[in-house]
Amino acid sequence: MSIKDRILAIVPEATFTEQADLIATVPASSFRKLAEGLRYDKEDPMDFMRDIVGMDWGESLGAYYYLESTKTYNRIALRTETTDRENPLLPSVCDLWKTAEIKEREAYDFFGIKFTNNPDMRRIFLRDNWVGFPFRKDYDLNSNPLDMSNETNEEFSDDYLFDADGKEIDKKNRIFGKKEFVVNIGPQHPSTHGVLRLRTSVVGETVTKVDPVCGYIHRGIEKMNESLTYPQTLALTDRLDYLAANQNRHALCMCIEKAIGIEIPERVDYIRTIIDELQRIDSHLLYFACLIMDMGGLTPFFYGFRDREIILDILEKTTGGRLIQNYNRIGGVQADIYPEFQKDVKAFIKHMRGIIHEYHEVVTGNVIFTTRLKGMGILTNEDAISLGCTGGSGRASGWHNDVRKHHPYSMYGKVDFKEIVYNECDSFARYMVRMDEIMESMKIIEQLIDNIPEGDYLVKTKPIIRVPEGVYSTSVEASRGEFGVLLESKGDKVPYRLHYRSTGFPLVHAMDTVCRGNKIADLIAIGGSMDYVIPDIDR
Amino acid sequence: MGLIKKPKIKSIPYDQWQDNASLEKMVTDINAAGEQNVVVGNLDDLINWGRSNSVWSLAFGTSCCAIEFMALGAARYDMARFGFEVTRNSPRQADLLMVMGTVTNKMAPAMKRLYDQMAEPKYVVATGACTITGGPFKKSYHVVNGIDKVIPVDVYIPGCPPRPEALLYGLMQLQRKIKIEKFFGGVNRKEAKPKEEEI
Repeated sequence: MSIKDRILAIVPEATFTEQADLIATVPASSFRKLAEGLRYDKEDPMDFMRDIVGMDWGESLGAYYYLESTKTYNRIALRTETTDRENPLLPSVCDLWKTAEIKEREAYDFFGIKFTNNPDMRRIFLRDNWVGFPFRKDYDLNSNPLDMSNETNEEFSDDYLFDADGKEIDKKNRIFGKKEFVVNIGPQHPSTHGVLRLRTSVVGETVTKVDPVCGYIHRGIEKMNESLTYPQTLALTDRLDYLAANQNRHALCMCIEKAIGIEIPERVDYIRTIIDELQRIDSHLLYFACLIMDMGGLTPFFYGFRDREIILDILEKTTGGRLIQNYNRIGGVQADIYPEFQKDVKAFIKHMRGIIHEYHEVVTGNVIFTTRLKGMGILTNEDAISLGCTGGSGRASGWHNDVRKHHPYSMYGKVDFKEIVYNECDSFARYMVRMDEIMESMKIIEQLIDNIPEGDYLVKTKPIIRVPEGVYSTSVEASRGEFGVLLESKGDKVPYRLHYRSTGFPLVHAMDTVCRGNKIADLIAIGGSMDYVIPDIDR
Repeated sequence: MGLIKKPKIKSIPYDQWQDNASLEKMVTDINAAGEQNVVVGNLDDLINWGRSNSVWSLAFGTSCCAIEFMALGAARYDMARFGFEVTRNSPRQADLLMVMGTVTNKMAPAMKRLYDQMAEPKYVVATGACTITGGPFKKSYHVVNGIDKVIPVDVYIPGCPPRPEALLYGLMQLQRKIKIEKFFGGVNRKEAKPKEEEI
């Protein structure tokens, strides 16, 4: 039975649009029924929620729900909306997918959509005293001037609970109990990998709850995109997850190319794939360096950065940028590769293969290191899927989620590589996934580097790009998970809404599940092994 | 400079010091030996030489620029050559607030607070386009357009992100700035004299 028929069997009044993505529009009243039906389907359960994208369509507020099955890798997008702008209510699905807990908070923060029966409807990115909802189209951008007063946090969370008959339940939900001892970690902390704040409740030394507070680097990129032309929006993607700068931009370029229907030359696909993989090695080397520095070992920091500099040299010679490359463009890449590119990359691979044993000798077999990681921070397979922890952290929990493998793009369908999956579910497995992926990435590059075909590196596009009306989405495997782009266009030269699926957001949300029961001293090591980058979370 | 004769301090008469004999012996030794190393100079210069070569920074890294700062600390660029290698995670121990990356409206009070917690003398380096003007996020509703709206800045290092070489250059400019300060007073500590009526 096709997915369309299955949806129609549950909700007969559903309508479908099929311009680019298959989107099923359902009324809010029957949305909950459909979600349950798809989630618990026997053959093809949609058990991975990729994203909830809040939307403002002018007359109505609503959301897109992107679902995927971990069995068949089928994808579907649902759309539901409410016309009540004063008090918009949508049913929550946080009991079906845990990741919805935090994604619904995001939609509330930006659009003011209240999800009924989500017990925690606080703001997540903006301050508690923020006025209005910035992503609504009628929001006045100057309505919240800089507030230099110290921030306070609410004792109770807001919620909109209704019982089965639709009567509101008056129940207060206290975030931390009165007698709980709460340690505030961050926002300025050297080991949170950016400006993340974790309010951590402890009993003795054992963590009982982690409440992440984000938004300290929320730059409003998605809102800014709505007033930038398409080529201009590209610049901001590099600044999201700066260790996956090229992959992020690759995703957006692919999305726009798909939308305006241009074919890109094969040479571009080769170059993009090679640079993506170089970027992945770069990111994993930095992961290695930082994880161990967080745990107090300084030597590996120098190892990681020593070899990372070689990649940065290659990237700099190719693109002109070290950390942030600004390389991909709509229809190709900014500049052709330089004549010695192949030679340099091959020299790097040879060097890396010859030296990676040093990493394993110093760290992987080290008894202090393994004791602090093995068996710590267990993220079960079920939780990883429910929380939407993609990337290496999910693959360490036995979840086969590599976008390169299951939804191949660029050259990934044509190269031979192994999807690294570990079943230990602990911090050590998360570390090993990255170390093995370095080897796999080198394997991918080796298969491509000698066969780069001749041709153009850039297709000429019109100076002003107008994307035809519709909803488009793409996803790529970025350095630390699935990075997705959702683009809704109304046919203008600026996007109507451009949303990014953050790779790190579910990982930060998972910190609560992962750290509970562990010692507070291990929290930093677990956080380091999860591998998140904060500007990508806050956007 | 002539030879040092009597190590004296103005406010106390020479005879009232207890240990004149040994000090005088030291003076004769120094004067007699001739080849012994004695450096005579400005105490300000000595202190500033020490201060400028051990600038401990509070690494306030919010985004991309912080990674370049890490590269600066690693073996290739090695900022330890110039005395910046000690980064502190507590504002109480830091001389320099190194602001790297976008500062948002939510983060600005925290940054101000960290600045206030630092002990004098303190310096601020604004790294990257975001900290200088807001950079590519200038038009955003949640970004401070330049941290100099919130705290005073000593050195601006432009770039998005700045290369490690640029960071080194910026930090060495700060060293120059430290070196011309007068630690014991002078222009930096000039206070208006209280009027006689007020006393």
